[in-house]
Amino acid sequence: MAHIEETAPRITVLPPNREKIKKLWTVAGILGIVTALEFAVAFGVPHEFKTLRVWIFIGMTIVKAGYIVGEFMHLRHEAKVLIWSILIPMVFVVWMLVAFVYEGMAIADIRKFF
Amino acid sequence: MASTSTTTVQAPGRSVWDGGVSPMGASYGKLMMWFFLLSDAFTFSALLITYGLIRSSHSAYEGAVEAFKFSDAYWPIPEKVFEAVPFIDVHAPLVFVGIMTFVLIMSSVTMVLAVEAGHRMDRPAVEKWMLWTILGGITFLSCQAWEWSHFIHGTHVGDAVAEGTKFFGANLAQNQYGPPDFAAFFFFITGFHGFHVFSGVCLNFLIYYNTVMGVYDRRGHYEMVEKVGLYWHFVDLVWVFVFTFFYLV
Repeated sequence: MAHIEETAPRITVLPPNREKIKKLWTVAGILGIVTALEFAVAFGVPHEFKTLRVWIFIGMTIVKAGYIVGEFMHLRHEAKVLIWSILIPMVFVVWMLVAFVYEGMAIADIRKFF
Repeated sequence: MASTSTTTVQAPGRSVWDGGVSPMGASYGKLMMWFFLLSDAFTFSALLITYGLIRSSHSAYEGAVEAFKFSDAYWPIPEKVFEAVPFIDVHAPLVFVGIMTFVLIMSSVTMVLAVEAGHRMDRPAVEKWMLWTILGGITFLSCQAWEWSHFIHGTHVGDAVAEGTKFFGANLAQNQYGPPDFAAFFFFITGFHGFHVFSGVCLNFLIYYNTVMGVYDRRGHYEMVEKVGLYWHFVDLVWVFVFTFFYLV
């Protein structure tokens, strides 16, 4: 078995980075709390306040997305040019979403007359 | 960060002006994964934008929530559709989908812990966290299988679709919950996402297998865990949006 020992790589295993792991669990906790808050809003805020509900949900979604992309996917710590090359195209997508939802509401208004 | 990163950003023996430095300070594989995910985000956005257009062009339910009844005249309130839980006969709106969300977020956390262990070349820890991640993915897929089955077969009380007819459950042509488009979007959006989860579980298993076989120890770095990790977090990210726009709003 000597030849295997020769080719076996020499690995230095570093001890766990406690500070980093603690930070990851903090982010996980924030995601869990925001999801719990979403449930609180879903059952606490009555359906009559539809616009308010929708905007709270969208805000919380953006917070969660920010933590997932920024911390879990590590984008916040990448080079600035990489951050912008991911975010700028998404701005156009968000614009498109808003535009099409408004388009749909206009179609609904027109349909009421026919 | 530089102290724990195992990524080779500077190619050996090449000058800066000769391709010696990776653009944007990320390795080729990671950069391409980012741009693949961006294009994948476009595909998911296309589905969600179409959903937004079609849903907002249907009239919304105007009456009291307590008196809500399924009808193809208006878009249903999601929490009235998704209120079943496996094995127990209760009305628990959104509880099951909340559990699914929690499972997927937790598997994202275990994935990021696997990446952290990979930075330290700690093979047993990578194996452990990858197994948890795979378990989370399989749990989510199982939950979704139940959710689909329940959605397709319907509840024990069917509602009138058209005058004089009753229809239980859902297919692509008609459903008991609301307009035909409602079920179509449920199948396409959660189906496309579920297929991503399935691919992610396969990739995660591949990474786990390679880790056990010592491939990354021989290679000298665990960057593959990081790249597949990006994909897995993206799947979680998409679910956050699906959860909001399909189940909550």
